[in-house]
Amino acid sequence: MTGANNFSVSGYGPERARWTRVFARDSLARRLDWPILLSAAALSLIGSALVYSATRGRTEINQGDPYYFLVRHLMNAGIGFALMIGTIWLGHRTLRNAVPILYGISLLGVLLVLTPLGATINGNRNWIVFGGGFSLQPSEFTKVTIILGMAMLLAARVDAGDKEYPDHRTVAQALGLAAVPIAIVLLMPDLGSVMVMVITVLGVLLASGASNRWIFGLLGAGAVGAVAVWQLHVLDEYQINRFAAFANPSLDPSGVGYNTSQARIAIGSGGLTGAGLFHGSQTTGQFVPEQQTDFVFSVAGEELGFVGAGLIIVLLGVVLWRACRIARETTELYGTIVAAGIIAWFAFQAFENIGMTLGIMPVAGLPLPFVSYGGSSMFAVWIAVGLLQSIRVQRPMSA
Amino acid sequence: MTNIPETGRTPRVQIRLVIVQILVLSLLGTLGGRLWYLQIRNGAQYAKEASGNHVQQVVQPAVRGDILDARGVPLADNETRLVVSASRTELLKMKDDGKAVLTKLAGILDMKPQDVMDKVRLCDAKTPQPCWNGSPYQPIPITDEATPRQALQLRERSEDFPGITAEPEAVRRYPSPGNANTAQVLGYLSPVTDDEIQRAKDTDSPYLRSDQVGRSGLERQYDRILRGKAGVTRYEVDNLGRVIGKAKSDVAEPGSKLITSIDARVQAVAEYELNEAMKAARSQFDKITGENYKADSGAVVVMEAKTGHIVAMASNPTYDPNVWVGGISARDYKKLTGKDSDYPLLNRAIQGQSAPGSTFKVVSTAAAVEAGYDFDGNYPCTSSYSVGSQVFKNFEGENFGPISLGRALEVSCDTVFYGLADNEWKKDGGINPKKGQPKDYFYKAAHQFGLGKTTGIDLPNEVTGRVPDRQWKQKYWEANKDAWCRTGNKDGDYVQKIAYENCLEGNKMREGDAINYSIGQGDTLVTPIQEAVIYSAISNGGTLWNPSIGKAVVSPDGKKVTEIKPESHGRAPIDKKTRDVMEEALAGVVTRGTAAWKFGGWPQDKIPLHAKTGTAEVYGKQTTSWLSTYSKDYAVVMTISQAGTGSGASGQAIHNIYDALYGVQKDGSIDKKKALLYTPQKDLPKIQPDGSIVAPKIEKYDPNADKADGQDQQGTPTDNPSATAPSPTASNRTRRRTDRPRKRRRILT
Repeated sequence: MTGANNFSVSGYGPERARWTRVFARDSLARRLDWPILLSAAALSLIGSALVYSATRGRTEINQGDPYYFLVRHLMNAGIGFALMIGTIWLGHRTLRNAVPILYGISLLGVLLVLTPLGATINGNRNWIVFGGGFSLQPSEFTKVTIILGMAMLLAARVDAGDKEYPDHRTVAQALGLAAVPIAIVLLMPDLGSVMVMVITVLGVLLASGASNRWIFGLLGAGAVGAVAVWQLHVLDEYQINRFAAFANPSLDPSGVGYNTSQARIAIGSGGLTGAGLFHGSQTTGQFVPEQQTDFVFSVAGEELGFVGAGLIIVLLGVVLWRACRIARETTELYGTIVAAGIIAWFAFQAFENIGMTLGIMPVAGLPLPFVSYGGSSMFAVWIAVGLLQSIRVQRPMSA
Repeated sequence: MTNIPETGRTPRVQIRLVIVQILVLSLLGTLGGRLWYLQIRNGAQYAKEASGNHVQQVVQPAVRGDILDARGVPLADNETRLVVSASRTELLKMKDDGKAVLTKLAGILDMKPQDVMDKVRLCDAKTPQPCWNGSPYQPIPITDEATPRQALQLRERSEDFPGITAEPEAVRRYPSPGNANTAQVLGYLSPVTDDEIQRAKDTDSPYLRSDQVGRSGLERQYDRILRGKAGVTRYEVDNLGRVIGKAKSDVAEPGSKLITSIDARVQAVAEYELNEAMKAARSQFDKITGENYKADSGAVVVMEAKTGHIVAMASNPTYDPNVWVGGISARDYKKLTGKDSDYPLLNRAIQGQSAPGSTFKVVSTAAAVEAGYDFDGNYPCTSSYSVGSQVFKNFEGENFGPISLGRALEVSCDTVFYGLADNEWKKDGGINPKKGQPKDYFYKAAHQFGLGKTTGIDLPNEVTGRVPDRQWKQKYWEANKDAWCRTGNKDGDYVQKIAYENCLEGNKMREGDAINYSIGQGDTLVTPIQEAVIYSAISNGGTLWNPSIGKAVVSPDGKKVTEIKPESHGRAPIDKKTRDVMEEALAGVVTRGTAAWKFGGWPQDKIPLHAKTGTAEVYGKQTTSWLSTYSKDYAVVMTISQAGTGSGASGQAIHNIYDALYGVQKDGSIDKKKALLYTPQKDLPKIQPDGSIVAPKIEKYDPNADKADGQDQQGTPTDNPSATAPSPTASNRTRRRTDRPRKRRRILT
């Protein structure tokens, strides 16, 4: 597993050591999951082009600099890449030990949002704004810490060989650990993130081997909760409107339904090969709101067509497919749970985001992983990629 | 690496992971399928929606072309009004959607704030008028009657009125030069309807939402020429309506000018004299009905005999065409078209039809000559003509003895024509004609004179009139026999008796029909314009001209002048010899015949006039008066419904019109300087190098300035019209009256 170990095995001359070290069998580089890495990088780069296309003309938000969002998107991707390397370097096992600290920090983060430090953007109070145009969405990182925290609790006794499956008490503890930040995020209210977190918790429970009763119980509770939320008017008016507009976009074409119908027009008009990058009339005319963030997929649909938009789905598919393999192949339950949590998170968030632009899911403010503009989301998904890589790299060489 | 290592994982987790993987794949598959559905399957439709999304057009309306009279005097032009408009896109950018600005604006314009806001809201199914049904990107007019002071206030404080503009704009106007209203000839405009926009969408002259369309008269006939082409600028806009590029831009092309053959001065005279004649008729007592004449409607046509150009055309009752400008109010519209209105929108010169009475005798005379009767032969003008039990009386039972056809025209002897028509009817085989085509000379002549079909005047909705020939009778009978047979009663009242007879043999040409027809009674219907064409043809030697009002189209810059050449639709069935003798007889009508008492003092030796009077009786109504006249250059025809005899009702008016045309003074002398149109206007008005046309000044018509003598002749107590009519068993719906001064009233037999 260490460099020295590889070196001694290789038998090549020391002058070629660096190369061979990188590419030698069982070297770190060889053991990385390159399809995930390349797909994620490609998605980020495609995203930068789409973000640029969507924002170069929006003078009211790009401060007169057409490259404002492009530069920041690339910076975010770069920082995200660095965070991934850092995560691999630390390793998911190291991070397991740091879970209490990370959990505490992220809990503090989401709580801070509710204080006067928090800011409301587009109806979601899920931002902490620092000076100098720097801001964070703590809820994005909370997704990671929920996964890590639950995995730690659920896998502890199984990986130690005490039990085959986590017992009810452990499951209850894990759910409690997740429930606290989810409840806080619900208060923001950031419904999209709550949905992602609940699905992630479901994925985590599935992978942990928790009893079916928990799984169905959670699903049932979700259904009851949804009805209760509806009946008790926990949701704000705009959130109900968003939902109604998804069901019937023509209900309110100038209001909530406007976003979805314009996005659908943009995507539909793309046809097979699209209008060409920077040539979409819907994008140039800024008919689709939030196009650099939540509705970034509509830029791909209009300007890159079925080919380009399909490529994004395929690349996401590659990431998820490889992640599934990682989840299945790792020996530790801890790694499996973390990978499964990430899969559930990515899969649902991507499906929800693309689905709402295609008009098959209700509108929720969620970024498309890797592609949408937004630092916090970008950092979180790259950290998640780092975790996947770490699980794969640190897998025992052989049984 | 590629082999799956033994993970020691429990099967439960392993199975669940596979389920998750399948679930993930199916989610992605759903996205891909939906993407295919939107982009490939329905891509074309969305592409269309997208293109509609980002292009908006702004229309600069084209200035409508003027309608000018023969000398360049504008009959319809445009005036500049100060139009205050609001831009919706600007207003919607404001926090309160521009409410504050509109309220302030209402204060300046002295309007109610709510009225102003109503005007700028967009029309939809739920929004009642007033509302804006044009493009939301178009500035919405709030008023076109702003004063310069108001406009100035708006401009000086433009920062207080964002999105509000005060601009001069061209608005249609009908100036009525010299009181020549010309309403029905000019027609009117009204906004284009959704339906018309749809229908004209793919033609080469599509309508724009803001277009006004000619609805009748010249405005409709020459709509395309007058309309011009609106300027359209297509902008690519973003979601807030901000312009991000100019896609296409067409500059507005003003409409062409239409020069007509109307002479505003003659038109004013004709309108005035028609109205005066109707007023005068209303003061006359009708002894048949026992009340004054109603004179409810009338028309006059002055036509150039050698070209068919219409010099004047008036219809009464009339209206002010300016009520249409800027949108007609519901009340005004009802007044013009409602059930209890007198339908002033109708142009009765081309849309009013009635039996021609004795003016039809020129057609019968031509028919008789065609049939082989000698014009100068001797025909018995007896006091009555009997067919079986039916007695067809001459007016007043006068007996002129054997006379020529010319003399029969002059004195309007009915029995001469009865005899000829009856003769021909018998020759054709009577009520059951012989095999083979009956000759039907009298009906053929009517068709050859152009009756029963439109004259082709360049005005919309001309009516055809009617020649009650065998084909018509058959069709009419088939359409009505059920009703006739239901209501008919042999021993009932007059109407029931007629229905009974019509039920039996209404499809056949009966003897009485043929006899009545020969003097323009019965089912025959003609329009004033048809009369003008016929009498012009006698004047010009037989050419039946299509009456025309449009004379030339002048392009907006004045460089291109397209003359509209007069066209003819055939020749009247009269040879030169017949024409000459007929003309002599019609001159006799003026000098010693039925119209002589109204044309005293006319310089007949210098300007020969020819005329034929007619009085048609309509069942249940007072008689329709006809007076058809012509000179070398003009035909003048006037008809007034429910006004008595032709000469009595219209004689003086037509005399006055000729006086004005030829400058005939009170003493019968001719002052060519005072003549309005001693000879017809041949040349087009002079077009300036800049394309404008300078109009000569117009003086108002003063009917008393040089009116001919002989006023005392008007309305003489001897003007006692009465009727000779067939016995009630005759099946005609209209009966006939002579228009000669009568001494004694005859009771209908």
